[in-house]
Amino acid sequence: MEAEAAKFLGAGIACIGMGTAGIGLGHIFGNYLAGAIRNPAAADGQFGRLIFGFAVTEALGIFSLLVALILLFG
Amino acid sequence: MATDPIHQFQIQKLVPIEIGGLDFSFTNSSLFMALTVAGASAFLILSTRGRGLVPTRWQSAAEMTYEFVASTLRDSAGSEGMRFFPFVFSLFMFILVANLWGMFPYFFTVTSHIAITAAMSMAVILTVIVYGLWRNKLRFFKLFVPSGVPKVLLPFITLIEILSFISRPISLSIRLFANMLAGHITLKVFAGFVVTLSSLGFVGILGAILPLVAAVALTALEFLVAALQAYVFAILTSLYLNDAIHPGH
Repeated sequence: MEAEAAKFLGAGIACIGMGTAGIGLGHIFGNYLAGAIRNPAAADGQFGRLIFGFAVTEALGIFSLLVALILLFG
Repeated sequence: MATDPIHQFQIQKLVPIEIGGLDFSFTNSSLFMALTVAGASAFLILSTRGRGLVPTRWQSAAEMTYEFVASTLRDSAGSEGMRFFPFVFSLFMFILVANLWGMFPYFFTVTSHIAITAAMSMAVILTVIVYGLWRNKLRFFKLFVPSGVPKVLLPFITLIEILSFISRPISLSIRLFANMLAGHITLKVFAGFVVTLSSLGFVGILGAILPLVAAVALTALEFLVAALQAYVFAILTSLYLNDAIHPGH
């Protein structure tokens, strides 16, 4: 297999990492919503932690996108 | 006019300067870093110039930004951590304003280069290590030995904690860099779709509305990500500084 073809295949495989990061994000927000519906008064206090958890989980998905971009354009 | 999404990240020398064989040129990156400092300073200094006891809207915005970062640092690192407030606030304002400048069309995004974000991340980690060692001497290494671990697992846990500490500067820099890079590349790719579809006649122009709507939605998302990444960098810096001040979980 030529290097070019292998790079395109690798970039496609790297997208699986972004999908799994999406699963993690859905987990975080689903749990937050489940807790917020049970205890709406306490929901706003935890919003900062929600956003922080979202950002660090999203980071891993973006690392995977970075690998794909490096394979395609680097 | 280039239509590929990578062209926006090229460094262009605006004023070539060479000192002793080293390249000190004033580049577009330097220009936008200067604009970032100018923008942040103008916002903070001009808003609070009136020093009203009852703040105006601009002064209120500046005070809310200050209080936001101050409360984040105080919650994460305690009142002893407030000595790092100038450092954390400068990082937050620089990243926020640099990201926001990059949202204007044709402007250069300073934080989309790993050199910039790695320098900031190295400053944070070096501060953590140097202050942690100076303040706690050898107790600093208690960071890698959490309490309540069975003696059998201790070597493995320590190794894993050390690796996790080493990954902090890497993840801190790459998180900001990759978010900005990916966001702007995606924007340019969708903009390219609009152009490509519009060149296909009347049906193409109708179809080009879809990537245009997507580009507008992505721009809104990019504004959110710009502010969010500044906040995440600040809060992670606060947490790492807390590890330096109070080592040991």
